[in-house]
Parts: sequence; structure tokens; C-alpha cells
Amino acid sequence: MISPTTTFVGLENYTDLFSDPGFGKVLSLTLIWVVVIVVGAGGLGLGLAVLLASRAYGRGLVSTVSFAPHVLSGAAIAAIWLFIFDPNYGLSRAAFEAVGAASPAWTTSTTWALPALLIVSVWKSVGFVALIYLAGLQAIPRDVKEAALLDGAGAWRSFWNVTFPLLSPTTFFVLVTSVISAFQSFDVIAMMTSGGPGGATTTLSWYIYDQGFRNFDAGYAAAGGMVMFVILIVVTAVQLRFVERRVHY
Amino acid sequence: MRPHTITAGVVVRTVLLALAALVFLVPLYWFVSAALKPSEDIYVWPLHWLPSRIDFGNFVQAWQAAPFGRYLINSAGVTVLGTALKVVLAVLTAYAFAYLPFPGKKWLFLIMLGALMVPGHVTLLINYITVGRLGLVNTYAGLILPGVASAFGTFLLRQHFLNIAPEVLEAAEVDGAGHVRRLINFVVPMSAPALVTVTLLAVIDEWNGFIWPLIVTNSDAMRTVPVGLLFLKANEGVDDWGAIMAGTVLVILPMLVLFLVARRFIVAGLAGTAVSR
Repeated sequence: MISPTTTFVGLENYTDLFSDPGFGKVLSLTLIWVVVIVVGAGGLGLGLAVLLASRAYGRGLVSTVSFAPHVLSGAAIAAIWLFIFDPNYGLSRAAFEAVGAASPAWTTSTTWALPALLIVSVWKSVGFVALIYLAGLQAIPRDVKEAALLDGAGAWRSFWNVTFPLLSPTTFFVLVTSVISAFQSFDVIAMMTSGGPGGATTTLSWYIYDQGFRNFDAGYAAAGGMVMFVILIVVTAVQLRFVERRVHY
Repeated sequence: MRPHTITAGVVVRTVLLALAALVFLVPLYWFVSAALKPSEDIYVWPLHWLPSRIDFGNFVQAWQAAPFGRYLINSAGVTVLGTALKVVLAVLTAYAFAYLPFPGKKWLFLIMLGALMVPGHVTLLINYITVGRLGLVNTYAGLILPGVASAFGTFLLRQHFLNIAPEVLEAAEVDGAGHVRRLINFVVPMSAPALVTVTLLAVIDEWNGFIWPLIVTNSDAMRTVPVGLLFLKANEGVDDWGAIMAGTVLVILPMLVLFLVARRFIVAGLAGTAVSR
């Protein structure tokens, strides 16, 4: 499958890759993919962590059930959601009928396939983010929060002006780990859409696999892998620099 | 910390938590119940929340459509061997980096962590070519070996080893204990919680592994359960949700049980590293 003899081609794989308009589409789709997952799971996870750190009933149950997807197989979770998204016999049909609409054919529609996969990916990682933020919240000394409230800051203002800045090391950790894992998302794509329909869910991660192991073009796949490597190094370096200035320990 | 008085805030937050619980529990209930439903309860509208009877036919169907017995044996083998190798290697590496003096230790440690932290997707192709040239495609060795070095495990264990009081090991050394006895009799028992965490996370990673088993196996005889599920879905399509959900139960159930039993160690490991980094 992959040729046993090698010919040195210089930068040909890279020039081919970057002059291929399909690859530009893959990169922009990957950007959307990563931003939606990182922001979506980050925001919802932070919100959930705040709930879990406050006075309410059922916190143990919610932290357990929300974290469980993180330790379960991505392929299996994708299979569950594939059934949920079935427009004929899935929960999606019931949900859409409840508001008087017909369910989209999620995974076979060029419009809905990407949102479907993003929903699954966010669902799978929210509990992990919440757990990390919860640990961060619990590490903040109680008197710091109380002092802010005594100064007359409302709950909302004291959260954004005092608590959230104190959480910046946690936010940094969440950002780095979720960017790296979102770039490498594979199981959900493989199980639900195989990068389709019509490339609508072909992220860089799927593209590398598709070129290397379905089109048997090792050169393209290796060049794609290098592109991912460089992007992740740059992202990590930028986050490190940013965090050096902004993190409050 | 139980709520002392029930205020409006407590009620609102409890309602929000209940909604969050449903978001995670409904999909899980939906798939487990589907695995146990006869097909007349699945291919019906309006949908049936409760099975009219408990039917294990879906498992029989999945087992006949794909060799799940074989997949389970492979997954168990890969998980046990892969985890054992990973933990032993991490313990030995962490011990060396924590206690043995050798030149360039700091740099070697950084280089090793850096190399192990290169995303798996970047090294996918090159690992495949290496394993292919070694003639290990479609073997247990090919499935297991590329994943046995663990940056997470080595790092976590080294941290724990460094926190062991040096007096203990000095006393052992005075008593004539060599490195092997110091490691086995003192360092390992004193790091038990960290070892449990590293082991559990290794088990989870090995069992759930997907892209590597997918590319390095090419026959049903070597496939693991998650990869088998992909082939079951490709063969059965949307015509047999019952069988696909039954296959999904086989992938999920062992890790779900492990998680519920050992949640404390798993969560402590993940949350602990995040905060201390």
C-alpha cells in the first residue's frame, strides 16, 4: 500500500497541499470545529462547575453523570448519538415534533452534519471541563470570595472580577488540553459521517487519516500531520506567552 | 456541604442541575433500553420509552453479525498487556528520573516529555510505517507497543516519588537494600494511590483506543470491540439499531462499571494534575 522505495521530492507535498483548494476548506472547517468545541465545552463546563460548587441538591449525581462520557469510548458515544439523530426513529424526531417541526436528517445533510458532530463532541467533554473548573473553584480560599462580597460586589460582578481571574491557571489548562484534543477528534467523525457528506465534516484529523489510509497517499498525509504539529506548537506557545502575562497565581 | 435553608437560589440551581442530569441520563437510558427492546419497540412511532418486554435478541443478532466474542478477547488482551507494560515502564522511568544521578538528567526528562506529548495523530503515519517494516501489522505487538510509553504516567509517578521522605530510602539503603528492593518494598507501596490512578487511566485508554487499532488491524481476528462496533455499524446500517446498541453496550459497560467503582481515583488523578501544573 505504501511504496517501499522512497524518492526525495523536497517540499512538493507541501506545495501540492497548500495549492489544493480542498485543503483550504479543510483548514477553515478545522478552525470552526476547534473554536466551537473549546468555547462551547469551556463555557458550559464553567457554568456547570459554578452550579456544582454552589448550594443545591443533586450535585454528586450531576458531577458523576456529566463526567462519565469522558471515560467512555468516543466511538460508542457516537453510535448512541447516531441513533438519537435518526430522523425516523430517534429522539431527535420526538424533540422536533414537540415544536411542530420535522427532524433534519442530521448526519446525511451537508448543513446539519457538522452541528450534529459538534453537539456530540461538546456533550462528551463538558463534564471533564466542569470537573477541572470545580477543582479550581474549590482551591480558591473562601475568604477571598467573601471579601469581594463584603466590598459590595454582586455575585455576578464578584465572579467576573475576582473568581474568574483567579481561575486563569485552570482556564489555561482547559484551553491547552481542549485545543489539542479537539484538533485530534477522530472517533466521532469516523463513526458518524466518515468526513462526509461531501467533505462537510472533514477536519484536518479526518483528512490525515483519509489521505494516509484510504487514498494511500502517504506524502499528503505526512504533510497534513506536520501542518497539525506546527499549528499545535504555535497554539501552545501563544497560550504560554499569553498566560505568562495574564495568569494570577 | 448540604444546603441549610432552602432559598430561591437553591431551588433555581437544583432545577438547573436536574436539567443537566437529564441531558446526560436520557441518551444513556435511550441506548441501554434500545439494546433490550424487541425491534417492534424500536421501529415504531410514536416512540416507546419502555420496552414491551426485555429481549436479549439484539445481543444474539450483534454476536452473529460480527465476532464480538473474538473482539472482547482481543480488547481484554490488549488492555491487560498494554496496561501492565505501560505501568511497569512508567514506574521504572519515574524511579530513574527521581532517584538515580546521571548526566543530562534534566534535559533527558524534558526531551522525553516533549516527545511523548507530540499529539498521537501527528505520529500516526510514521508509527504505522515503523510497525509495518517490523512486520507487526495485525498482531498484538503491533497493537500494543506504540502506546506503552506514557508521558502522563511517568510525570505523575515521578512527582509522587519525589514527595517520598528521603529519610525512608536512606534508612533502607543503610540496611543494605539495593535499588530493586527499595523500589519494590518502599517506593511502590508508598505511591499506591498514584499507581492506582495511573493504572485505571491506562486501562481506560487501552480499552477505548480507536484510531490505532483501526489502522493497525486488518482482520476480524485482531480487531478490538470499539473497532468492531464501527464494522458492525457499516454492515448493519440504520436497519438494525437494536444490534448496534447491543454492540455499544459491550463497548461501554466495562468502563462504565470501572468508572462507577473507582470514580474517586480517576477523578483525583485528573483533577489533581490539572491543579498542580
